[in-house]
Order: sequence, then C-alpha cells, then structure tokens
Amino acid sequence: MRPLRPFAFAAALLLSALAPLAAGAVEPQRVVSPGGIEAWLIEDRSNPIIALDVGFRGGAVTDSADKAGRARMAAALLDEGAGDLDSQTFQKELADLSIRLGFDAGRDTFTGSLTTLTRNRDRAFELLRLALTEPRFDAEPVERIRQQLVVRAKRDAVDPDSVAWSTLTAALYPDHPYGRRTDGTPESLAAIERADLEAFVAERLARDNLYIGVAGDISAAELGPLLDAVFGALPAESAPIAAGATEPAADGGTIVVDKEVPQSVVALGHGGIARDHPDYYTAYAVNYILGGGGFASRLYTEVREARGLAYSVYSYLNPLDLSSLVLGGVATANARVGESLELIRQEWARMAAEGPSAEELADAKTYLTGSFPLRLNSTGALSRILVGMQMENLGLDYLERRNDYIEAITLKDARRVAAALYHPEALTAVVVGRPDGIEATRAAPGGS
Amino acid sequence: MRFFARLSTAASFRLSALAIVAVVGLAPLSHTAAAQVFEPDSFTLDNGLQVVVVTNSRTPIVTHMLWYKVGAADEPPGKSGIAHFLEHLMFKGTETLEPGEFSDIIARNGGRENAFTSMDYTAYFQTVAKDRLELMMRHEADRMHNLVLTDPVVLPERDVVLEERRSRTDNEPSSQLWEMIRASLYLQHPYGTPVIGWEHEIAALTSSDALDFYAHWYAPNNAVLVISGDVSVQEVRPMVERTYGQVPRKDVPERVRLAEPQQWAGRRVEMTSARAGQPSLSISYLAPSYRTAAAAGMPERPYALQVLSEILGGNTGRLYRALVIEQGLAAGAGNSYDATSFDTTSYTFWASPRPDVEVEAVEAALRAEIAAFLEAGVEAAEVEEAKARLTAEAIYARDNVSAPARIIGAALATGSSLEDLEDWPNRIAAVTPEEVMQAARALIDPARAVTGVLRTEPTT
Repeated sequence: MRPLRPFAFAAALLLSALAPLAAGAVEPQRVVSPGGIEAWLIEDRSNPIIALDVGFRGGAVTDSADKAGRARMAAALLDEGAGDLDSQTFQKELADLSIRLGFDAGRDTFTGSLTTLTRNRDRAFELLRLALTEPRFDAEPVERIRQQLVVRAKRDAVDPDSVAWSTLTAALYPDHPYGRRTDGTPESLAAIERADLEAFVAERLARDNLYIGVAGDISAAELGPLLDAVFGALPAESAPIAAGATEPAADGGTIVVDKEVPQSVVALGHGGIARDHPDYYTAYAVNYILGGGGFASRLYTEVREARGLAYSVYSYLNPLDLSSLVLGGVATANARVGESLELIRQEWARMAAEGPSAEELADAKTYLTGSFPLRLNSTGALSRILVGMQMENLGLDYLERRNDYIEAITLKDARRVAAALYHPEALTAVVVGRPDGIEATRAAPGGS
Repeated sequence: MRFFARLSTAASFRLSALAIVAVVGLAPLSHTAAAQVFEPDSFTLDNGLQVVVVTNSRTPIVTHMLWYKVGAADEPPGKSGIAHFLEHLMFKGTETLEPGEFSDIIARNGGRENAFTSMDYTAYFQTVAKDRLELMMRHEADRMHNLVLTDPVVLPERDVVLEERRSRTDNEPSSQLWEMIRASLYLQHPYGTPVIGWEHEIAALTSSDALDFYAHWYAPNNAVLVISGDVSVQEVRPMVERTYGQVPRKDVPERVRLAEPQQWAGRRVEMTSARAGQPSLSISYLAPSYRTAAAAGMPERPYALQVLSEILGGNTGRLYRALVIEQGLAAGAGNSYDATSFDTTSYTFWASPRPDVEVEAVEAALRAEIAAFLEAGVEAAEVEEAKARLTAEAIYARDNVSAPARIIGAALATGSSLEDLEDWPNRIAAVTPEEVMQAARALIDPARAVTGVLRTEPTT
C-alpha cells in the first residue's frame, strides 16, 4: 500500500523510478511485423504465460475541463463490450479463459494490459483487438461505469488524502489540465456523452502513437503476424495534443483545508526535473537520499524514526510530459503536524544548501544499482517496462546501460543538482485536517 | 491467491502492514491466483525450524521470508497491538546491530524488505540478489533470539504505531465501521480485536510487554522459513544450518484462544459519517477455515465455499449481474472469503449503492439475491466454469517470484500443510453442485451474522 499520490502514474512514468537491471538476465529484442508494427519483446519460457502491454500518448491531459474524467471513463469501458460481444459476453469470455485485460488512463498516457495463458493466446489477442478497434460503448455499461466513477468521486471529495493531493495539484496548475482531477467530478462525468468517448478513442488510439511491450512464452516469429492482426486496423495518425508545456506555480505558501479528522494529511511540492534532462539520474539519487526510499532517507529518519511523528513520510520526483514536479507528503496527528511540516521544510533546505554526504551518495548508488532486478519479478512487469522504455526514449539497451548512469554520479554533481532541485521557499503545502499551530497563508484554489 | 485472497493486500509499505482489508469497496475484490504445484522442497532443522524452498530461475533474485506462528489473536488480554508493535520493534537492533542497521545493510545491498502482522502470523521478508541470501539469513536468525529494546527507541516507535492507526482507521470511516463489525461478529474470540490494537491499549504498551511477547513466541520451532527464487534446496540447506541452525529451540505455548459461544441472534452495526462520501453495506457470516473445517470432519467445506464465492463474485458473477447490471441499484457488489485462518473465519457480502439509491434498497436486493440463490440452487455449468477459472489461476500464482513464499507461509502458519497446498486444484475440481449448496445453506445463518451499514447523512 503506497501513499496516495496526486498523479496516477502510467507505466512510462513509473519507469523513471526504476533502477538498473543486472546485465544479461533478460534480453529485449525489437520485433517488426510484416505490416510494419513494432514491438519490444522479452522472450521467457519459464511459465506458459504471455503478457502484452500497450501505451498511447495522451491521457487525461486531453480532457476538457467540462468533461474531465473522459479518458478514465473510456479506459474503463473498452473491455465492456466490443465487436459483436456485449459487455457481459465479453467479460464472461475473459473470465472463463482466465484472460486478464484492463485499460487505464493517466495524465499523459493511455495504457492497456493483457495477460493470458499460452493456450488461450490467439483468442486473448483477438479480444484485445476488439477492445481497441471496435469498442461498443453501449448505453448500459456507459451509464454503469459513469455511476461507479461518480461514487468514487464523491468518496474522494471527502477523503483527506484525495483532497490534499487534488488541492495541491489545482494550486500548482491553476490554468492547465494537469490541475484537474483525472477522475473528473460528478458534474463533469455527467456531461460526458458516447460521442466524447468515441472521439477519444479515434484521436488517441492510432499507430503513430503506439508503443507495445511483450514478454513471456512467445517468440518473435510468432508475435509478428499477431501484431498486424491486433493493431493493423488502428488508424494511422493520432490527433495532436492541444495542451502545451507549462511550469507549476512557484508562489509557495500554506493552504489549510478544514476537515474534522484526528490526523492531518499534508501534500507539498514545487517544480522538478524533466525525465530527459541530463541530470535526471543525479536528481533521482539525491531524492532517494532525501525521502525517496527505504528506511534510511533523511525524512524517514528525522520525522518517523527519531520523533515518531508519522507512519509514512516521503518525497519523490514526478516528471510529466509537459512539466515536472518534486512532491512530498506526511500524515501526523493534528497536535503535532506543525512539527512534521517544519522538519520537512528544514530537510528540504538542508539538502538544497549542503547536498548529500559522500557516504549517503555511495549508499544510494549501491541501493539503486542493486535493486532494479527486483522489479523484474513477473511476466507482466517485464512487458510494462518495455513500454516505458519506448515511451521515454531510453533505447533497447537501456536495461544494460542504466547502472552506468547511476555509477557515473559524482558528489560534486549531486550537490549541484540538489541546490538546483530543492527550493523550500517555493514549496506549496496543503494541510487537510484541524492542524494546531499551522497558519494558512493563502486560500485553497477555487474557493473550496 | 484465491486460497489466501487477503495476502496480496496485506503487505504494505515501510515496515509493517496489517492483514486488514476493507471489505466494503467499489471494485470487485481481486483474486490472486491459486495454489498449485509449487513443487516445494522442505526440510526441518534439529531446532524445529521448518524450511521450504520454491525454485524460480527467471532472474537471479530470491525472496527470503520468515514466518512466526503468532499473531494478534495470541495477545494477552489488555495488550492488544503487541504482536504488531513487536513487529515494528524487530527493526530496532540486536546485541550486535544498532537500531535500523539491518535495514541499512539490506538497502546498501540493493534489497527490499518489509514485514506484516495478521491475526495468526507475523512475517518478515527481504528480496535480494541471490548472492546476498546468506547475509539475510544471518541477520534474520540473529534477531530471532538477540533482540535488544530500550525505551529511547521503543517509545517513538509507539507514536509511529499510533499514527499508523490514525491513518488506517481513525481517518477512514469504512475502517472504523469494519472494526465495529469484527468486534460484533466475534463475541469472545480475539479475532474481534483489531490487529493494530485499540488506541488506549497501544498507548500503554511498554518495552517489557514487547520483550515478554518475544520471549514467549519467537523461536525456531515456532517458525517457518520460505525461500522463493533462483536457488535450490541443495544450495539453501548449508546456509540455513550455518545461520538459523545456531538458534536454540525453546518451549512455546500452545495456541489456545477463547472459543466463540453459541450465537443466538444476528447483529446490526450502523455508522453515520460526514466523511464517508458514499454509503455502503456489508453482511458478514462466520465461516469455517481450512483448519476448523478439517477438525469438524468436513474438510471439503472451504473448497465449496471458494467455488460459491467465485460463482457469486466478480464482474460476471451473480451479485454484480443482478444488483449492478440488471437492477441498476448498486455501483458495485461482491463477496469475499478467505479460508486461510487458524480459527473460524468470515464470509462477507458487500454492495455500494449508486448515487441517489437508498442503501436499504440495495440491502433488500442483496438479501433477495442470496435467498433466490438458496431457493433455486446452482446450475451445474456455473460450478464447472467457476472451478475452471479457479484452477487456471494456479498457473499465474507461480509467475511472481514472491507470491509462492506468501502463499506457503500463510498456509503453514495457520495449520495447513504443503500437501494441502499442492492438492488445492484437485480439491477444487472435486467440489460438486450439492456441496456448494450445502455450504451456502450452512453459511447463511442469520444468527451468526453481522450487517454493517455506512451512511453519509445523519439518520433521524
């Protein structure tokens, strides 16, 4: 169970949090179908399982404000009826064949994930084809999924974690789609029509915008023709993404959202570093030391271990396609949350001023280089990583090279990057609860 | 896995999780896959430690997982939360390691670690490159018998646990209600006490409480070690003997919990919270576990209940179909059953109304659906399809490196055997429609049930 975070990470973004792979353990290869569709494959015969992941650029960032939630709703509906199969027929076939198929939309990406036993491979791929190219959007499932999303939105509207993150996001991006809830609101969900869902599919799910990762019990020769069968009918070109690059607001300050809860939830952040920035890996290691990982981070040590102020305290990099953030969070009883927030700001400032120590950096490097193979713990994990590698332009040999990026980090660079990355005065903090001793310096966006 | 459906949700971030799952939710409960053919190797050391090895050679990593057969249900009266608190304190050092030093060693070696506590067991695990396995064993064996606790490290950690309780329960209306449902479902058995403990009792726990509990229960002869990953039993055995083999056996008490009395009447628990956002409903029944069913001479019963749960649950099951799709009353509906429990477990039906639908209407529809099922019976084809889906999931269970360790450890810590696990697909396959209906009729006993209702507005 991870702490709730403001942006649902798509596979591609998650990858940015990954460390390197032990060389030679798995061998990605590029497969190009007879029809010219490319996929990256890790063939692995250890289990009779095949996993296929697919990603398209453009998720909730393409939703308009009055129809926020459209991408998520489309994702939830692709497996609710396609081709000649209505919702229940489609779902029943998935269940009876033990095929796992699902779609999701993050801010920047739309993703699909298929896992099947080898014996049902061809039918599983056919069901994926139907979902991607012939979704039905029948009235019953559209209304049902809409109601499910409304229920979720209503729960989130009073949940302290969700409120903290959606308020922070709105404060950081007041004039950009990134500032909106990807799940939408009851009002925006009510406004979404079937034509909106069809438009999303038509605009986003196209071959020029397609990234495929496959792993497991299948060879390149077997995969090639299947790629044409599944993806060949997609339109050639996707629509441009209207939203442009943006910087988060750097006003800083503290927002308090009054809620009658015993424990205040804090979300905070400011601008970060792009995934393709040359200093990204250095920033990643520096953040690991501040609050990124394990039981040894500075935030963990100061806030949790030494003072018992929280069960969970953390910071992380959140590079998006059109912007980037550094974010952090904590939850502490109302009476002591002021102390937690002050400690986080102090550690933010100390990291900016001094950077990590030589020992901290050395420990971070051994952790980050050593732990990556642990991610490759299932067939589905392999196929997801292959999609992320493509969407982030990391190269087919990324798994081999990733260790070198980490090893190359010098203490001098780490200190330079720490100074450039952390800006305590620019931190916007949102506190949801009845905190003692925390004064709001600004109102919540939108007057909520 | 289905066999141990809750386990996958039990592990969590940062030292410790509780095997508590909020049963009332929107999404259908996920089934992890089934136990089958892990083809484990097993041996037992002279000091009584049982060791199980499952080989998976895809990547050169291993999960090393030590399970103690003690959990929250074994706590002394008035000391609720001590099993879980001790789990946190196990990271606070030994005679030769500083507080937190084992965690630092794991991190420097590129490993990941965690721990969790349930009603029946407490488990500690690390996932590491295979050449670091013996290092993990050395330190895990060390803290099995050399734990050192002092107030300066214990007392701040008690505050951490109180914050954990606030995050998990006090800030979450559905968790608050679930705590009350459990307390009502078990009149006397300790399963009615939350794993994390009651707040006032956690606040009074001391270092000596933790050390007493540790001295009572933590011993090689009360533990199971499961290693899953790129190793063989031949590689593992000498390492285990060099490390765990040095820990002395000691006397461990029998696990004897207060038994439930005859329950004469069902109960209803309602909570109204402005923080709930949306209402929800659950109906929980006492149900047999693998161990209690076997002891009662009906070992097939938990398998029949799993088939029942598969028929009723999921996106194509009867409950979702009737309440969500056909009647359009609920946003979600399903059921949940986990037979991996030392004592009598529970089986819960749940539903959440669509916006603008009264929770009473959903409750009536849910009860009507269950009654109609009992009346009309199950179709043979439904049973066959459910069994096929369940057994197919066994193949997925082996795919994740860590999953076998979790499944095997939980089973062995709650009274099942490796043979039970390996035979799981066969026992599922043997379930008949008659057994499903017998199990369902025995389950739906209104005197052994608790209905839980979460409301968003004050009732008059």
